[in-house]
Amino acid sequence: MDKEIIKQGAEARLYLGKYEGETCLIKERFVKKYRHPDLDKQITRRRMKAEMKTAARCLAAGVLVPKVLHLDYPAHTLYIEYYANAKTAKEFIQETVATQEPGETMKILQDLCCRIGVIIGRMHFDHIIHGDLTTSNILIDPQENKYDIVFIDFGLSHYDKGAERKGVDLYVLERALLSTHSEQPYLFDFIMEGYRVHCGAEGLLVLAKFEEVRARGRKRTMIG
Amino acid sequence: MVCSLGIEGSANKIGVGIIRDGEVLANVRRTYITPPGEGFLPNATAKHHREVILTLVQESLKEAKIKPADLDVVCYTKGPGMAPPLLVGAIVARTLALLWEKPLMGVNHCIGHIEMGRHITGAQNPIILYVSGGNTQVIAYSNKKYRIFGETIDIAVGNCLDRFARILKLPNDPSPGYNIEQMAKNGSKYIKLPYVVKGMDVSFSGILSHIEELADPTKNPNKRKKTQEAESPETKPADLCFSLQETIFAMLVEITERAMAHCGSNEVLIVGGVGCNERLQKMMEIMCEERGGKLFATDERYCIDNGLMIAHAGAEMFKSGTRMPFEESFVTQRYRTDEVLVTWRDD
Repeated sequence: MDKEIIKQGAEARLYLGKYEGETCLIKERFVKKYRHPDLDKQITRRRMKAEMKTAARCLAAGVLVPKVLHLDYPAHTLYIEYYANAKTAKEFIQETVATQEPGETMKILQDLCCRIGVIIGRMHFDHIIHGDLTTSNILIDPQENKYDIVFIDFGLSHYDKGAERKGVDLYVLERALLSTHSEQPYLFDFIMEGYRVHCGAEGLLVLAKFEEVRARGRKRTMIG
Repeated sequence: MVCSLGIEGSANKIGVGIIRDGEVLANVRRTYITPPGEGFLPNATAKHHREVILTLVQESLKEAKIKPADLDVVCYTKGPGMAPPLLVGAIVARTLALLWEKPLMGVNHCIGHIEMGRHITGAQNPIILYVSGGNTQVIAYSNKKYRIFGETIDIAVGNCLDRFARILKLPNDPSPGYNIEQMAKNGSKYIKLPYVVKGMDVSFSGILSHIEELADPTKNPNKRKKTQEAESPETKPADLCFSLQETIFAMLVEITERAMAHCGSNEVLIVGGVGCNERLQKMMEIMCEERGGKLFATDERYCIDNGLMIAHAGAEMFKSGTRMPFEESFVTQRYRTDEVLVTWRDD
C-alpha cells in the first residue's frame, strides 16, 4: 500500500493512506526499544484499545472526534478519519496572537477557550478522562464562517467516575497551557468558565479536587 | 574573571566547591549515611553537616590552592530542601562572606543542577530531566525562565527508590539507589507493575505501595484479596528491583520524549542524583538514537548534590549583574525552578 508520512510524533508515525477507497489517517505505534518487550506490548495494546473505546464514547456523548475506521492489533495500526483542513489549537492560538489586534485576540481566544471548556465539561460529565489534554491534541476544523473543535489522541484516556482523575485531567491541561502559552496566562481561566457552565453538581466536586491536586504540586518541598 | 565558592547542604550531602571562570578548582563532599532501613531525619542530618562543614571549606581552599582573598563571591543553597541542613550551609556562607568581606549569593538548588550539567556537557538548549530524591521534573528553557513541562504529581522518583530500598533493608552506603541498581543487574523476570503517565506528568506513589506489598505480603494481609493467590511462589528481590527500574525509568523516558516532541528539541540532559543510574542513561540513549537526538549526562561527581554546582550557578548570576542584599540571605524549603529569573541567558 502506498502511504505518505506526514508526522512523526513521540510514540506514533502518522501516514496519509486509503481505507476502502477513502482517504484516511494511518496511525502506527512503533516499538519502543528502550522499554522491556513485555511492558512495551502491554502499553501499546492498552493505548490502542483506549483510543478506540474512547472515540466511540465521545461520539455517543456528542463530542466531535475523528472516527476510528479500522484497528489492526498485530501491526499496531489504527485507521482514522482525516481532517484535511484542520490545524491544532496551538497553531491557531499562535496565529491569532501574531495576526490580530490585542482586543480582537482576546475575544477570539475567549470564545475558543470557552467552547473547549464546555466540551471538556461534557466529556467529564460522561466520565471520559482524556488523560493528555494539550493544545496540540485539540484540532480546529474550519467551516464556513465558523469552526469545529475536534479532540484527538486518546491513547492515555480512560473511563472513571471519580473526581480525582478528572481533577488531574484539568491540572494536566493547566500545566500544558502555562508551559506552551506562557504569554497568554488567561487561557485556562476562560476554559474553566466554559467548564463550569456544563459540569453540574458533580463538576463542583471535580473543581474542589482540582484545587487539591494543584496544592499537592505547590506544597511539595522538593528536597534534594 | 569570577572566582566563586559554593556551599550545598539541602539534603543528606554537604559539599563545597570552587570554580574560577568555568575551571573546576575544588569539589569536596561528605554524605550522611544512615543504617539500612532508615531514612535521614532533618535534625540529625544538620548535626552531621555542622560537624564536617568547616573541614570541607578548608579542604576545598587547599585543593584549589587559593586564598579567601582570591574569591569574588560566596554562594549557598537557598532552597528547596530540608530547613535544618539548609541553615547550616546558609549560616556558614553568611559568616564567611562577612569575615572575608565578599558578596553573598543565594542559589536555587535545581538551577544549580541544570547549569552545572550544561557547563560540564556543553549542551546548549536541551530538554532537562531532573531526577533526584526530592524532585522529578522535565524542564525546558523559554523566555528567561526554566519552565516545568512535566513533573511528578506525588512523590519523587528517588524517594520511591529510597523507600523501596528501605523495605528490602538494602544499605544506604553509598546510596540506596545505587544498591537497587546493582541488585537489578541480577534480575531478569519482568513483574507487571502499575504504569502511570498523565500527559507529561507521572505518579509513583501507587507503584511504591504495590511493590511494597509484593516484597512483603505480610504487611497488609487484609487490604488486598489477591494476596492469597500470590503472584508467584517466591518473588525474588532482584526481580522486583529490575521490574521497578524498568517501569519507572520507562515512564521518565516517555515524558522526556513527549517534551522533546512538544518543544521540537533534539537534546536531552539528565541531572540530579538518580541521573547517574546507568540503566536510565542507557534507556534515554536508545530513545535519543531512535529520534536522531543526543543525550548528555554526567557522572556522580556532578550529578549528585555538590557544592560546585552552587558555585557555578552563583558565578553565572554574579557575572550577569545579579546581587543579593544581605537581609535576603534566608533559606526556604519551597522554591520552584520556574520562580528564578534567568538573567544569564540571552537566547
